[in-house]
Amino acid sequence: MYQIVTKRNLSDNVVEIEVEAPLIARKRKAGHFVILRIGNQGERIPLTIAKADPGRGTITLIIQRVGVTSHKVAALQAGDEITDVVGPLGHPTHIERAGTVLCAGGGVGVAPLLPIVEAMHLAGNRIISVLAARSKELIILEPEIRAHSDEVVIMTDDGSYGRKGLVTHGMEEIINSEKIDMALTIGPAIMMKYTSILTAKYNIPTMASLNAIMVDGTGMCGACRVSVGGKTRFVCVDGPEFNAHEVDFDELLMRLGGYKEEERLLYQRYMEGNLI
Amino acid sequence: MTDNDSKLNSRDQAWRIALRQAVKPRERSSANRIRMPEADPDERRRGYIEVNRGLTEEMARTEARRCLDCLNPTCITGCPVEIDIPGFIKCVETGDFLQASRIIKAANAFPAVCGRVCPQEVQCEAKCLYAEKMHREPVAIGYLERFVADYEMNSGKIYIPETACSNNTKVAVVGSGPAGLAAAGDLARLGYCVTVFEALHDFGGVLKYGIPEFRLPNNIVDTEIGNLKKMGVEFVKNFIVGKTLSFKDLEEMDFRAFFVGSGAGLPNFMNIPGENFNGVLSANEYLTRVNLMGASKENSDTPVYLGRNVAVIGGGNTAMDSVRTARRLGAERAMIIYRRSFDEMPARKEEIKHAMEEGIEFLNLNSPVEYLADEKGHVNKIRLQKMVLGEPDSSGRRKPVPLKDSEYLIDSDLVIVSIGVSPNPLIAQSLPELKVSKWGTIDIRDGSLQSSIIGLFAGGDIVRGGATVILAMGDGRRAAREIHEYLKGS
Repeated sequence: MYQIVTKRNLSDNVVEIEVEAPLIARKRKAGHFVILRIGNQGERIPLTIAKADPGRGTITLIIQRVGVTSHKVAALQAGDEITDVVGPLGHPTHIERAGTVLCAGGGVGVAPLLPIVEAMHLAGNRIISVLAARSKELIILEPEIRAHSDEVVIMTDDGSYGRKGLVTHGMEEIINSEKIDMALTIGPAIMMKYTSILTAKYNIPTMASLNAIMVDGTGMCGACRVSVGGKTRFVCVDGPEFNAHEVDFDELLMRLGGYKEEERLLYQRYMEGNLI
Repeated sequence: MTDNDSKLNSRDQAWRIALRQAVKPRERSSANRIRMPEADPDERRRGYIEVNRGLTEEMARTEARRCLDCLNPTCITGCPVEIDIPGFIKCVETGDFLQASRIIKAANAFPAVCGRVCPQEVQCEAKCLYAEKMHREPVAIGYLERFVADYEMNSGKIYIPETACSNNTKVAVVGSGPAGLAAAGDLARLGYCVTVFEALHDFGGVLKYGIPEFRLPNNIVDTEIGNLKKMGVEFVKNFIVGKTLSFKDLEEMDFRAFFVGSGAGLPNFMNIPGENFNGVLSANEYLTRVNLMGASKENSDTPVYLGRNVAVIGGGNTAMDSVRTARRLGAERAMIIYRRSFDEMPARKEEIKHAMEEGIEFLNLNSPVEYLADEKGHVNKIRLQKMVLGEPDSSGRRKPVPLKDSEYLIDSDLVIVSIGVSPNPLIAQSLPELKVSKWGTIDIRDGSLQSSIIGLFAGGDIVRGGATVILAMGDGRRAAREIHEYLKGS
């Protein structure tokens, strides 16, 4: 039902799959995510929709190999089927004409950033994108981001591509060189935390799109709880985007590590099973 | 019930009269209530075996003999769907179990489910003459209902009404829990082309993700769903009405009416310090991981915390389900922490009894005020406060009042919060014109299940906030009748 139409490797550990899901492709807006499941014993994981093609009836998902499920997805080939895909979930991004928008994407976070950049650009904003990763091969979707940005800055930790330094360095230089009306940050929680501290210093309204552990993705389980402005919110039905300056990123970081040990054991079992 | 059925089963039929005359009431009432055979507590703790094993034919017929076939059967008034209780019980007495099943099914589409999870002790059985007037244990109506349903299921002669989308009118049912399944069944019987849309990857709603295998085996739910499929009901999974397609899209696809039974799927928390530490989770999350996702089973990819000292906050059936699940997953200490006493506990007596047999500790008159965690942010202690009972509150139960300077710490590495649920917000988010209460439940018109949107009906927990399986099923059936009236008139 949810057949993989095309697959390509974006880097050693990141794959892009285009999946047949005509209804979701038609309804999806920037910011939406889906929940997928591989196999009858599979877990449910959330993934932001990076692209959609209503004509082809497909959505594009980008996934980094981390645990069992992401490895299982990455092992699938064009023609294989994904057991379950449900969506589109979450609130779509509020798209408005804000002026100059600074978009920061870290690592695989560039995937969920892409549709927002695209929509914000179409809405008439000036887009400055900062893509950051540890090294050159981890910078993904650069051409797609360039197609919808007025300016693109690449930052790598090791200086193997673009400029050497953290995402915040690149952002701060831009902030100091022109007026920024709004910022977006999507990436690892630790990256969003520091970009958010930076934009707060300059009083730039900032949205962060959060990743969280989810089971159902429809508000039922509460695994995705996050503190925003001192209140507990559910990323799945209240988000996934929140005012970055109000998000308790330390708590988010802690909660993302919640099942680390259990996941490590499951991963170990999976790898052992694959070796046999 | 059709006229034909009610005639078939009238108390004045010759066989019923003869049966009443054959055994004297005193003889009937002298027998003691049957005991449900139960799996051994030690065995229970090692797996998901169903605790109540079910009655034998002989046991069922013996228990059925206790029923006096009263002139004024008050038991029926205690049943939310008004099953003809004496009617089916007398069929059990004569051994006509399949006829008994037909009588139950005229009022209740899923007796195998209700026979297991209905709180009969506060419904039909509370109204049994024995309990109301004679200070005796009531007839075991619930056990008999389950017996009849299981008998039919195992007989290979399941009665499936002949239906098949005969009137070419499409009706959409949103959610495949008890309300949705009941609505789908009756709508199909009325000749409608019914499609049930389910957000999850499996059907059954709370019957699947919530209620554990040891209380309601999944194959029971799957059999009922299979029967609906045979009746022509279509089931679509991974589909969120309002998101995957809008109500308007479905209207354009010729769906002429909607029944929303999307449930109360938003867990409540207490908003106390430390509640977002890892290892503190909702009963919904815990039970979904274990029941729906099969976490802890050999091949499941879904992780679950295996706590040693597990504390479940709350005193309802879901709390009992959670704490007993934790016990089965190896908890050394599995505790219920409840702010009132046994007398006020909303869980069924039977569940409390089963929990006690399985070694569950009850820390009643205690309430958590704070959770503490280790350096990684995983809960390791709970600060509890002792309570005393004050005057009755709006619920009629005595209100717990904190006892001053009574706080103390206990060890806990897994806390499951089971203090109720709120309505799922997805439907309301996708239909701004739908009127909802300040609690988020869908507003319905007085005396009907019609929402503020014409042609959209709602029932179960999305309307009631948090109720029982049988009330949800009752709503589903009522909605089917109302939808039928609505579509006939339009």
